[in-house]
Amino acid sequence: MTQMQHETSTAPAAAKQALPMLHIKIKILRFDPEKDRKAHWETYAIEAQAGDRVLDVINEVKWYHDHSLTFRRSCMHGICGSDAMLINGRNRLACKTLVRDVAKDGGTITIEPIRGLKVEKDLLVDMEPFFDSYKAIMPYFINESPAPAAERIQSEEEAERMAHSSNCILCACCTTSCPIFWVNGSYLGPASIVQAHRFIFDSRDEATQQRLNIMNQNTGVWRCRTAYNCTEACPRDIPITQLIEEVKRAVMYQQA
Amino acid sequence: MQHRYDVLVIGAGGAGLMAALYAAKGNVSVACISKLYPTRSHTGAAQGGIGAALGNVAEDHWEWHMFDTVKGGDYLADQDAAEVFSKDIIDAVYELEHMGLPFSRTPEGKIAQRKFGGHTREFGKAAVERSCYAKDRTGHMILQTLYQQNVKEGTMFFNEFHVTDLLIEDGRCRGVVAYELATGETHTFHAKAVILAAGGYGRIFKITSNALTLTGDLMSIYYRKGLPLEDMEFYQFHPTGLAKLGILVTEGIRGEGGILRNVDGERFMERYAPTIKDLAPRDIVSRSIISEIREGRGVGRDGDAVNIDLTHLPREVIEGKLAEITDLARTYLGMDPVKDLVPVQPTAHYAMGGIPTDLNGLCLSDGNGGSIEGLYAAGEQACVSLHGANRLGTNSLGDLVVFGRRAGIYAAQYARQVEFPDLPDDPQSGTKDLFDGLKNGSGKENPALIRKEMQESMMNNVGIFRNGPDMEAQVEIIRELKARYQDVNVGDTSLRYNSELIEVMELGFMLDCAEAMTASALNRTESRGAHDRADYHTRDDINWLKHTMAYKDLDRPGNVQIGYKDVALKGFTRAFEPKARVY
Repeated sequence: MTQMQHETSTAPAAAKQALPMLHIKIKILRFDPEKDRKAHWETYAIEAQAGDRVLDVINEVKWYHDHSLTFRRSCMHGICGSDAMLINGRNRLACKTLVRDVAKDGGTITIEPIRGLKVEKDLLVDMEPFFDSYKAIMPYFINESPAPAAERIQSEEEAERMAHSSNCILCACCTTSCPIFWVNGSYLGPASIVQAHRFIFDSRDEATQQRLNIMNQNTGVWRCRTAYNCTEACPRDIPITQLIEEVKRAVMYQQA
Repeated sequence: MQHRYDVLVIGAGGAGLMAALYAAKGNVSVACISKLYPTRSHTGAAQGGIGAALGNVAEDHWEWHMFDTVKGGDYLADQDAAEVFSKDIIDAVYELEHMGLPFSRTPEGKIAQRKFGGHTREFGKAAVERSCYAKDRTGHMILQTLYQQNVKEGTMFFNEFHVTDLLIEDGRCRGVVAYELATGETHTFHAKAVILAAGGYGRIFKITSNALTLTGDLMSIYYRKGLPLEDMEFYQFHPTGLAKLGILVTEGIRGEGGILRNVDGERFMERYAPTIKDLAPRDIVSRSIISEIREGRGVGRDGDAVNIDLTHLPREVIEGKLAEITDLARTYLGMDPVKDLVPVQPTAHYAMGGIPTDLNGLCLSDGNGGSIEGLYAAGEQACVSLHGANRLGTNSLGDLVVFGRRAGIYAAQYARQVEFPDLPDDPQSGTKDLFDGLKNGSGKENPALIRKEMQESMMNNVGIFRNGPDMEAQVEIIRELKARYQDVNVGDTSLRYNSELIEVMELGFMLDCAEAMTASALNRTESRGAHDRADYHTRDDINWLKHTMAYKDLDRPGNVQIGYKDVALKGFTRAFEPKARVY
């Protein structure tokens, strides 16, 4: 394990306003497949404001300390789902985690890639297996009856049944925090079950039986051991374990 | 590596996914190239709704929507596009519902609708409930639903591929070249038709609601070929971004009854828009907020924001219909809209201008009806021009659904009729030149500093309030930044997942967009919609009721040539004469 110390404040002073600054260390698990045989830690000393996002700090490292640091990011406010990472040992979105919530002045923030998916470079992992599981649950609305000229009618209560599951942004925080998924990658995982829930409990969808059959396979809901890691990891506050339990009950009674 | 598809879609946001879906229905082979994973695109950040005259909550008609769109655009919107749009969007929203989109519902079980800025009944009499919504995450649901439908159709996706060049020869598009992030490999995509739908470029500004990835790549690539960008001076600042962060706070919160207040607690919009107050269009609300701040009535430590007040609304409305922004305020500001006033300030949000197209999405090569065969564009990237000088809230989601669909349909129709065009002899030569240029400079310039200076200077000099001297200074600043960009350092030399190379390339694209915007804004000596000049403070219909077409001067680098294009002042059945724009 190599520890490297980098100079701070290459960033222009003008960027920093007169707010009190936190002096923190950010310790990142690095891996470059073209250079490294295994991952190693690097530590950067950074000045940050308490209200900065962890993603702001990681960008600061990339822009002013080490241009080769590699990670995914896009929207910067927790809706695109690109920047799931292990921050101080917990799965979170870097853009939805504030520095003040994970570090004090003089403290250290540790950052690692999410677990259970192959690390391609630094914090960037292979997302294909995750999206393959997503596609396996038929993640699309199915209703072959002729559509009316206007909308299909759905009550407010029926629409609300999808409120939690349709909130998912496919960031993979849940699935990659699941101990069952870590040991068995063929488990569809919490994110895919949440997606299945969104359609199983949609009063307009006609493929409930097919979806329940998928959930009943040995890669489906019965793998879940209610560790609750997924619920704790979800940056959208989706009660994932509860939704999985609802799907289990629907499979058991073969109805939504 | 080389690939061949009848229709190639660039971008996997709402417009791209809609185009891909409709091209696939047209019985042609379709692939979608995106620099992100699908569902990461910024359509997902849209919150408040998609406007359509369904009349589910109050009487409404497409003519009213068309009028509001034209007036909202300060009469620079093409009225033929506005008419097509206002009619088509009604069916398009029902179609989204038929695709399973989980809309919020009325007590009768219909699609719920709420008020939104600039949307009125009876041609401006009072606000009307027109915005169809799924809580305050309508864009998220549109993006998810359209991706789901593409999974169902089996659309081929090339994820994390960055387009580096458009292959256009003799006025015909022949495909694109793209760089694969995972391998560093350059791919040639041979196509009969290409649809550009890669979104906007808000990252040229310091405070923006836009994703880091919104860098105007395809606009710049188009512009570098000597082809025009239309109406680049018209850029929307959304009135309510979270203070300091710029994160979008939906207009839907004013649609639900939220009120903007200054430091004295005054509902100041009553002074600026007496009839519809807080629900005036965005350009007007943004200017009103900046005026309050400049006159010393701002809030916060720096006095550079105003408050949005929801505290009089029931908790269940705030936590139910406005769950997203409640979460954002709690997460980023530690404030609870149920009991706290939330500080907001205008944030760079949306490009009204872009790649000029006709009503079918076909890209235009000049202001006189010339076009590029086989090349289409839709969504924020394109300028059809539906939004004119200022876009109404909800009309961006509507635009990408309606015109994404049209581009998909017409591109597929074209592709069915033609053979594959010949590829250029050395299709990857432009891309090779691009990368060589980035690697061969002296490497003494940090791209992050150039980017930061561009963002700050664009915010100061070509922001909400503009004037000639500031913009003239900005022309020089952009020239200087472009010169420094020649010596930029690409600090990562690796082949695989070289995100630094991408960021440097994107900076070059953004500098082009900033150049075209500044030149277009300096050239337009009037104030209209989002373009407001202290030195030319009135709208001038005699001289300026026309679209700007900005061309890169290929012989004199750093210069921009300006041409014009007529505004369609009539629709197919309705026409609205330009009038003073009061609300």
